[in-house]
Amino acid sequence: MILNNFFISVGRNIIQFMHFLGGIANLAFQTFWMIFTPPFNKDRTLEQIKKAGFDSLPIVSLVALFIGFIFALQTAYFMQRIGSEIYIASMVALSVVRELGPVITALVVAGRVGAAITAELGSMQVTEQIDALETLASNPIRYLVVPRFLALTLVLPLLTLYADAIGIFGSYIICVFKLGISSSMYMHVTFDALLYKDLFTGIFKSVFFGMIIALVSCYEGFNVEGGAEGVGQATTKSVVTTFILIIIADCFFTALFYFIFP
Amino acid sequence: MIDIQNVCKNFGSKKVLDNLSLKVNTGETCVIIGRSGCGKSVLLKHIVRILRPDSGRIFIDDKEVDKLSEEDMDALRLKVSMVFQGGALFDSMTVGENVGFGLIEHTNIGHKELLERIEESLCMVDLCGVGNLMPSELSGGMKKRVALARAICVRPEIILYDEPTTGVDPITADSINELIRSLHDKLKVTSVVVTHDMKSAYKIADRVVMMYQGKIIADGTSEQIQKTDHPVVYQFINGLAQGPITETLEHDNKVVL
Repeated sequence: MILNNFFISVGRNIIQFMHFLGGIANLAFQTFWMIFTPPFNKDRTLEQIKKAGFDSLPIVSLVALFIGFIFALQTAYFMQRIGSEIYIASMVALSVVRELGPVITALVVAGRVGAAITAELGSMQVTEQIDALETLASNPIRYLVVPRFLALTLVLPLLTLYADAIGIFGSYIICVFKLGISSSMYMHVTFDALLYKDLFTGIFKSVFFGMIIALVSCYEGFNVEGGAEGVGQATTKSVVTTFILIIIADCFFTALFYFIFP
Repeated sequence: MIDIQNVCKNFGSKKVLDNLSLKVNTGETCVIIGRSGCGKSVLLKHIVRILRPDSGRIFIDDKEVDKLSEEDMDALRLKVSMVFQGGALFDSMTVGENVGFGLIEHTNIGHKELLERIEESLCMVDLCGVGNLMPSELSGGMKKRVALARAICVRPEIILYDEPTTGVDPITADSINELIRSLHDKLKVTSVVVTHDMKSAYKIADRVVMMYQGKIIADGTSEQIQKTDHPVVYQFINGLAQGPITETLEHDNKVVL
């Protein structure tokens, strides 16, 4: 009996997951189609760029700066033991640009912007505003999803670049003012360590992270059922799913780049 | 003309529309009555293709709704407005932007004319000059009237009303009834009104149909419906707690238990 229930629950979860994947794929397909077919919504896209990008700058700055501090101190702990403090700069630069910058920025944006999108679209769904859009001959995907998708896909790589710079700056502060490494030396080692491909890997990933956040948060918003409770559940689900997908995608891309650009 | 032919719709195992057929003639006001949750709103949403039938066909002016391309459907939607139960106003926009939404998005109307059309629609629902307010600043009754203004602003040929008088005070309810009546008289709009407010139904209807268990069980003028001897319809229009509708429910519950 217990075994039976176990299989039923596994089966149910697999079906739910397939349903989710199908829904996301369908939404992605329609979104791509509408990005390239008129009419275009320039104003609404710009509004979303401001909401997702510009308004995220303070929190991204804060998190990136502290990641820089922490990572420099953590690396220093070991590097000082082997007398190679100068390599802190290259370690931090590579880790931040290739991994930490894109992932941390994506997680912050997923929590800040993705959650807001799900809550907003979810509330619109339960108050029939999305149905109303449709009856007024405005496709909800074109009207609501496309601007958010474009904004996040564009803004996340830019925020990532910004976070990279702030993270390295955080580490610079620790190394120069606390560990006594000279400023010019630090800059020199940092730029020496970084290759274009490192920058590219980070940016490439963040484009996909942006897509994941936009699609999952819009999908969960559209599929809210019930009232306020449904909106709450969907928002939680949206953030958790986005986090998981970002980490999985990151692992995939890191492995991919490791093998194709060794 | 709206022609619904043998439409079925299930949500999971629940049969909501069961081989339902209904014709609404041009210029007619057809009121659909029935208990909450009997599928009235679901039926309305099928007419504008927010929902699609599992089987059966729906025609608006001889065009089959389910077979239209997105472009043709959007063109048709500008002729068919819907007033939602809670108003469904876009809360990120002002009242004026809400009312003018259809015109702003789908026509090249000039700014001056747009403002005139918005004001004209708002005045028709006795809300002149509220265009700059946000929906959150309005009372429930006002929201319903703004939703009505939004529906008439595109000058539609068909208006679908989902419980237009539910949750508003009796005076507002009556003014909404008068408005529906006058749109019918002046603009010859075809209306489908879903309600369980019998007073409102008698006042506005050319024709009343009753939905029960996913089917139409009664169809006639207000007078015919009031004189009915059909036990289910009789119980519903007279608001009786005892009768075949509630007995069936009890019976169903017993089966489930």
